[in-house]
Amino acid sequence: MKLGALSASELTVRLARGGLDVDTGPFVVRVETEIPALAEELRLLYQDFPVDEGDGLADFHVSVRRPAGPLGLRRWWRQQAMAYLDDVRPFEPLPIAMALPMLEWSINWCAATQANHYVMIHAAVLERDGRALVLPGVTGAGKSTLCAGLALRGWRLFSDEFALIRPADGQVDPWPRPISLKNASIELIRRWAPDAGLSTPVPNTNKGTVAHLRPPVGSVARTGEPAMPAWIVFPAFARDAAPRLTRLPRARAFFKLADCSFNYESLGLRGFTTLSRMIDGCDAYEFTYSSLEDALSLLGALPLP
Amino acid sequence: MDRAVFLRALREPASMGGLAPAEWDVLLRQGRHVGALGRLAALAAGAGVLPAVPSRVRVRLEAALEDVEQQHRLIRWEVIRLRRALAGTGLPLVLPRARLHEVEAALLREGWKMEALSAYDERYYREWSHELPPLAHPKRHVMLDVHHNILPPTGRLRPDPRLLLEAAVPVTGDGLRVLGPADMVVHSACHLLQSGEHDKSLRDLGDLDALMRQFGAAPRFGDELAARAAALDVERPLFYALRFAARLFGTPIPDATVRAVRRAAPPALVRAAMDGLFDAAVEPGPPRDPPRRARLARAVLTARYHWLRMPPSLLARHLAHKIGGRKGRG
Repeated sequence: MKLGALSASELTVRLARGGLDVDTGPFVVRVETEIPALAEELRLLYQDFPVDEGDGLADFHVSVRRPAGPLGLRRWWRQQAMAYLDDVRPFEPLPIAMALPMLEWSINWCAATQANHYVMIHAAVLERDGRALVLPGVTGAGKSTLCAGLALRGWRLFSDEFALIRPADGQVDPWPRPISLKNASIELIRRWAPDAGLSTPVPNTNKGTVAHLRPPVGSVARTGEPAMPAWIVFPAFARDAAPRLTRLPRARAFFKLADCSFNYESLGLRGFTTLSRMIDGCDAYEFTYSSLEDALSLLGALPLP
Repeated sequence: MDRAVFLRALREPASMGGLAPAEWDVLLRQGRHVGALGRLAALAAGAGVLPAVPSRVRVRLEAALEDVEQQHRLIRWEVIRLRRALAGTGLPLVLPRARLHEVEAALLREGWKMEALSAYDERYYREWSHELPPLAHPKRHVMLDVHHNILPPTGRLRPDPRLLLEAAVPVTGDGLRVLGPADMVVHSACHLLQSGEHDKSLRDLGDLDALMRQFGAAPRFGDELAARAAALDVERPLFYALRFAARLFGTPIPDATVRAVRRAAPPALVRAAMDGLFDAAVEPGPPRDPPRRARLARAVLTARYHWLRMPPSLLARHLAHKIGGRKGRG
């Protein structure tokens, strides 16, 4: 059953009592929350994901609760949200309006710290004609905007944060969770696709204003289909710049890629072998852009390596 | 949460082959919480049950084995770096307390940083503790504890650190030495009984169990362990530690050791109280917060730890300072 098929009240109750196992593809996430507004946002963003009715085995366990605070005052006044990942609380409590970003960051945190069976790269990933485009980048390089723009125009969404590379065969596994948009990108994407499902923008987070975009239903339906990476493109957004795509020598691309990895160093030889093979099979570019239209046409025309 | 599955997995690894997915859900989280996931994974692999477990579990266990390998690699690498740091100054890695400041200086020169401490905490470490304030390497994200003993100098029990150094054994053939087998067991026991972190007791007991299984079969190890405990003045913690390990894990204990540590046993009433406290304290933890019983038992054990760690006058000062509200560690 899909999450969207649950009635609003059923969803709220299941999230509050014991949690709901959401099958996001490579990971089953048990989400638990007593915050009704968060349940609504989840319904909007995760409606196309299967709810795991099965066996009670989840990979990540994330619970977002309202800490009671001194004398229970926080239950009424300036309510907060706090994420519990079993016993770990990686973040300070935040105002309750930030419950959704907090949940999303928590799920990312789980993957970054617990999924060492993958070589993980901080990158957006999309697929076209069976081959994957990897867009590694630091926050601010515009990879999420670019990712959303492409995902809404025909590319299949893999992830806006994680390239999950399988050491065994070098393929990337899709993990098409909601795309995190920041500040001006929110309005940009709203104009780009007026029908896109967007969560309520949350101002004043440490990344500015944040809103999440619902992953396209076609991408969510195909979480079981990995792809071989073909293009590694390091994006850099530059206002008013003419679009420019420059080939990057393999050795340089390797180090830039390793630099964006969450666990390259800790995987030792395995990390090295996996990334070298990936670089060997891909063409790497640096890409400066200022408009999504340019990006769409240039990246769409990339030749196969 | 139910610890029976957890204990059984450590005691009879083959039992993991028959676990239901929902039991794995709990076991994996408990293993992570107490820091024993790597051990569970290694035991599962050793018992040949990996092919029999659900595929999503197998993936997690294989990732845990990967993490173990990474830690081994990290340790070897850091040891190389430490030797390099100290070799330049001609210092051995193990040395008496009087020369501790030389090690400290050499490490700071190599880029290690000491966390900024309040004047009180600084003094706590320097005078009343058996280690330097923790060092961290900002680039390599590792922590280093430099110890000059296995118990604090202010405590009731005073092992002579020279004995530990004299009995250290070579580990790599290039001059690197580690504690001797009996001393490793003794150290593990002291850590279990005299550390402030009782939410990790289950892991520490598991470590002790692993050490006893590895070394215990050697002829004369039982006598050796008994003799070391007596010489180092730590028979009481060894008594408790072996007792709890045997109760939980069925740890094999050589007869000679049993006879020797029995002499150090506390009166029956105290023993029963400690049994109760430990039994309550060793919950493997999540998914849920530990039950109130476990939290209370841990609080009592922590109080006991402070009581044993310092003479009453010093303890009174320490508590007055800590309760006085100044933030700090120690």
